Amino acid sequence: MSDRIQAITMPKWGLAMEEGMVVAWLAEEGGAVEAGQEILEIETTKITNVYEAPAAGTLRRRGVAEGETVPVGALLGLLAAPSVPDAALDAFIENFNANFAVKVAEAEAAAPEPETVTAGGIGLNYLRMGSEGGTPLVLIHGFGGDLNNWLFNQPALSETHDVLALDLPGHGRSSKEVGAGDMAMMTGVFGDFLDAVGIERAHLVGHSMGGTLALVFAMEKPERVAGLTLIAPAGLGPEINMDFIDGFIGAGKRKEMRSVLELLVADPALISRDMINDVLKYKRLDGVDRALRALAEGLFPDGQQATLALDDVARLQAPISVIWGQNDRILPVAHADTLRGQVQVHRLEGVGHMPHMEAAAQVNRLIEAALG
Amino acid sequence: MAKKSYRQAINEAIAQEMHRDPTVIVMGEDNAGGMGAPGEDDAWGGVLGVTKGLMPEFGRERVLDTPISESAFIGAAVGAAATGLRPVAELMFADFMGVCFDQIFNQAGKFRYMFGGKAVTPLVVRTMYGAGFRAASQHSQCLYPIFTHTPGLKVVLPSSPYEAKGLMIQAIRDNDPVIFFEHKVMYDDEEEVPDEAYTIPFGEANLTREGDDVTIVALGRMVSFANQVADKLDKDGISCTVVDPRTTSPLDVDTILECAEETGRVVVVDEASPRCGMASDIAALIGQNVFGALKAPVRMVTPPHTPVPFAPELEDAYIPSVDKIEAAVRDVAGYAR
Repeated sequence: MSDRIQAITMPKWGLAMEEGMVVAWLAEEGGAVEAGQEILEIETTKITNVYEAPAAGTLRRRGVAEGETVPVGALLGLLAAPSVPDAALDAFIENFNANFAVKVAEAEAAAPEPETVTAGGIGLNYLRMGSEGGTPLVLIHGFGGDLNNWLFNQPALSETHDVLALDLPGHGRSSKEVGAGDMAMMTGVFGDFLDAVGIERAHLVGHSMGGTLALVFAMEKPERVAGLTLIAPAGLGPEINMDFIDGFIGAGKRKEMRSVLELLVADPALISRDMINDVLKYKRLDGVDRALRALAEGLFPDGQQATLALDDVARLQAPISVIWGQNDRILPVAHADTLRGQVQVHRLEGVGHMPHMEAAAQVNRLIEAALG
Repeated sequence: MAKKSYRQAINEAIAQEMHRDPTVIVMGEDNAGGMGAPGEDDAWGGVLGVTKGLMPEFGRERVLDTPISESAFIGAAVGAAATGLRPVAELMFADFMGVCFDQIFNQAGKFRYMFGGKAVTPLVVRTMYGAGFRAASQHSQCLYPIFTHTPGLKVVLPSSPYEAKGLMIQAIRDNDPVIFFEHKVMYDDEEEVPDEAYTIPFGEANLTREGDDVTIVALGRMVSFANQVADKLDKDGISCTVVDPRTTSPLDVDTILECAEETGRVVVVDEASPRCGMASDIAALIGQNVFGALKAPVRMVTPPHTPVPFAPELEDAYIPSVDKIEAAVRDVAGYAR
């Protein structure tokens, strides 16, 4: 029996998160939990997500009551074998709390900050987290998204990998210049981005429009792509829900934007007012409206997707893992069937167009598995 | 994202628009400072430093120090706007506006209408308002209801640094005369403000809190007070919506009525005098349009109908406080017929 005590602490989901509320405990005090078992539901001002046990053990202590809000890094509970005496747990808690202020300060000092590089003649904003060495992972968001879409994935994946997430042209805090607004512009800038950050070869994780980008880039520069994880990728069939694209571009008010964003997820409760505010703030920036319209025109002319050459996709050597929500209301999950070749398809029940947010832990495991 | 003050946010908005559009000019008393006298150029940047740095960057031709004659330089700004420039004129304290009412009400505010829509007057008049600065009754008034009353003018009351930057850029790009009210006590308030230019449309209220029990409609500086009350009462089980109309002309009546209808209980908070003010106007709109949904009388939290006192204790008592707003919200929340 191990006498190891594992602390469960408030995670940091996204750069802006400072505190979180424990909505519900999903495991009983004194009960055994598996590694990866959902044990907590945590709410931030932006989003609610489940938290999985970092290791197997017995949930010996639940340190925070449901409804309580605590800062990032605060002790939520303890996992330990039943044989570990209570006195040891008490001592652990006392020691943890005594050092808490120091730990928070250290974590803040070490927290990664987004940086800007020039690629393809424009400024791109990106966030790099994790350890050097090994094949890096690059996370590529979809239409209207930004690097914060990976808030549940990048921190977790960066524990074992070098993980970069970027804001595509026209998005987030990157330049709003999108040129012709087509995939050739995107992949050109993306290649320059990899050069600028010194990455020769990477595993690409692309969501929706970012999935198309990853695929097209892999076909253009196969030597630079070690593998692909495509999350509800665009470009595999003509159908796309233009209510989302047109609605996203057109919505100026909170109410309109809420109903548009709700199309993205199976459970509309995921769409928080902070999330809506962030999208509205982004859309107010000079150049965003023009950029989004140019991209929509370039990528979905006449309300249809330009479909990729699927025979070329089938010839790709890089392994492809596809993740798709069964309840995707933007791009039909049936598009996953069009892919042939080195492809593994994972269809997730009860999930919409944002599996990496809606079923983050599961998606993280699938990405880890794809990395081998 | 960098934190910026209300002052910096307004300065950055003007500077970015001056870069973007060569027709944007700045004028007002001591907007640079030190003109025609020995000593430092750009000594002031306006009486509270909002335009500091613009003259060195854009030159004397685009940042004009004017004589202490509001009737003259506001008139000049109206004329400049009518003939192709986009002036941002600073009328220091809103209290001084009386000497140039004709230029604003009868000229700037009427050109578009009287010339059959063919004339535009892209003028911004920046002005400071509000109590709490120990500046006595001639430098502390909230005169935005007077301008809201006059058709042809747009009236803006930014409630935070983020709001101030986006609304200022919108004001400069707008083709109608805009009176832009800056609360002098808020200049050092800070929050995250994007470096890039962005606009916030006029006539679209912002909900800074969303709740089920009480709607608080608050203006300008009062929005942050209302937010404090909403956060405090949320812990006591009273959940509030806070509506920041952002502009009093145009006024987002739809959003105000929708929120009033949803909660059925409303408090309107306004730092301006109570008679013929925004609070009474908004209360009347609610009473006329969604009376059937009301579960309690609409409460107004305003100062008393007196000049702003100079004695600090009296001035503090005069301004609608967080405590007074909280009491009013508790009152309507607990009201039963």
